[in-house]
Amino acid sequence: MKKIHYSEIPGKNIGFWAILGMLGFFIAVGLGSVWHMEHEGHHVTGMSNQIIWGIPHIFAILLIVAASGALNIASIGTVFHKTAYKPLGRISAWMSICLLIGGLAILVLDLGRPDRLLVAMTTYNFKSIFAWNMILYNGFFVIVGVYLWFMMERKMNQYYPYAGLAAFVWRLILTTGTGSIFGFLVAREAYDTAVLAPLFIVLSFSLGLAIFVLFLMGVYKGTERELGDGLLNRLAKLLTIFLAAVFYFVLIYHATNLYITNQHGFENFILADGGIYTTLFWLGYVVLGTVMPMALLNCPKPAGKRWSIAAASALTVVGAFSLLYVIIIGGQAYPLEIFPGKEVIESGFMDMAQGGYYQYSPSQWEIMLGLMGVSIFILATLFGSKVLPFLPKSLADDVVDPHAK
Amino acid sequence: MSNTEQPQTCQCDGDSCDNQRRNFISKTAAIAAGTVVAPGIFLHQVAQAKNAAEAATDAVRWGILVDTTKCADGCTDCIKACDERNGLTKENRPEIAAHWIRKVTLRDKATQKENSLPLMCQHCEHPPCVDVCPTGASFKRPDGIVLVDKHICIGCRYCMMACPYKARSFVHEAITDQKAHAPRGKGTVESCTMCVDQVDQGGQPSCVTGCQHGAMLFGDLKDPESAIAKKLKEINSVQLRADLSLNPGIRYHGL
Repeated sequence: MKKIHYSEIPGKNIGFWAILGMLGFFIAVGLGSVWHMEHEGHHVTGMSNQIIWGIPHIFAILLIVAASGALNIASIGTVFHKTAYKPLGRISAWMSICLLIGGLAILVLDLGRPDRLLVAMTTYNFKSIFAWNMILYNGFFVIVGVYLWFMMERKMNQYYPYAGLAAFVWRLILTTGTGSIFGFLVAREAYDTAVLAPLFIVLSFSLGLAIFVLFLMGVYKGTERELGDGLLNRLAKLLTIFLAAVFYFVLIYHATNLYITNQHGFENFILADGGIYTTLFWLGYVVLGTVMPMALLNCPKPAGKRWSIAAASALTVVGAFSLLYVIIIGGQAYPLEIFPGKEVIESGFMDMAQGGYYQYSPSQWEIMLGLMGVSIFILATLFGSKVLPFLPKSLADDVVDPHAK
Repeated sequence: MSNTEQPQTCQCDGDSCDNQRRNFISKTAAIAAGTVVAPGIFLHQVAQAKNAAEAATDAVRWGILVDTTKCADGCTDCIKACDERNGLTKENRPEIAAHWIRKVTLRDKATQKENSLPLMCQHCEHPPCVDVCPTGASFKRPDGIVLVDKHICIGCRYCMMACPYKARSFVHEAITDQKAHAPRGKGTVESCTMCVDQVDQGGQPSCVTGCQHGAMLFGDLKDPESAIAKKLKEINSVQLRADLSLNPGIRYHGL
């Protein structure tokens, strides 16, 4: 591998500023909807006392899970010594920070009392996995920040492998924590399982990589820098493995439930009778999010083509979104089993859900809040790349040597 | 007073003066006796109440026994009493309205037997809502009452995700006409407080006093001499979701 030269992206053409302007617009609209939600109360959203966490949480968790996944690229270079990945370390670390900022912005602004963020940051109940997550998120910023600094600062360069190892371990703990937010909920059929933690970890691998590939392809095309086919194909092969790993864990999750008799009702709901959730699972996650990208990446005709890698990455994001929607919102839509062995025939508080499950229609306000988080991530990543040398001037195959061990 | 100090100005005859004097003395005596004895009776009545500065202790564990065999189908007296006492308004939006207590009618899948019962916060000994709350806003008092500290609740709703009984409500909109004894706040989570202010003054939760059918019995689960403890010893009762081992303070008979 030749010496890698990094530089800021020029960002002088109208297209770049138009993209930034559009992202800024989405952020402004998102902040406006936050103001509306906080002013009016959450009744303007589709969330209720039944569907407690809605679409903002899907966007937030998608970005938070992707954050640790995007850092994987840097870890593969630093921790596992894969030379071809090393030039991608800086942008990988920066992108992971930006993804986390985007995700947390949504979570915080969806709170009933976002003005009490300081309370959340200073008053901890250490038995709560949620409180642990706040510490993990803050720690992630610090550790990945130091890692990025060590990678970029010549004097500190000798220490960056240690920082890289710390960041790798931290990110694994962080995603375990994110998965455990649901895994620790004993009352609901969809959750209460340890498999959610590793499922979230492998989901972060595929989702983070897919977003990373899309960003890399977009920026290198936009800035007319070289991005070698060899490197892209190596990333594409990795994506196949990660997609298969996610599918394996999803399979285990459902197979376990199908084995446990009292979970049959829930499984029947997700896999057969759940309306939008069943559709999202089979069409969104299985077909569009797993089978299609696998086919695009591995069938001889499309495999290796740029459009196919981009499409497979985009579909991976669609699949991850669908899967999170099914797990998080589907898990709440299925009514709580408060009285095992009995059916609720009348209730003053919707214990007997219409059609067997609770309905949820996200309002425009919460969708705009979610899009705000995505926009913050893209804007921050682009802006950072413009002011600091995160991206190699060239990722051509003769510079990177994509086949290096 | 004028009767005794200024007899020369008295306009009445001897007998009527005596009567007035007698009336005055007897009324004074009655008032004096009332002033002395009444606080004693009152204090006796609230002997179990604690003063405002005194912390709740684990010497007691408050609980409610619901007798579903007495709970009348279609009766919502307990819900009305709760709503009125705590200033809860539903405004035809059941999906976002606050429900501290609700009426549920069940049918056994195997036997088709039907039951009607009130369902509220179960005031668990090991409450999942308290475990998951990031700031500690959800807390359990030593006497077993589970509450939300409205000052540090950030409105994340994780406790609602964790509650196995769907007993908590998020305040989705601004609240007007609040009751001073039941403060609420937009953007925070709330649930049955077991009318803690009444309980602290030796009273009972409003749902219990509001029940016309005697289906709810409130008391100290730890005191073997309490009516609830004696009843629990005498009859069969169940905990909802006993499989979760949360040891709720609310027990049901007849389920």
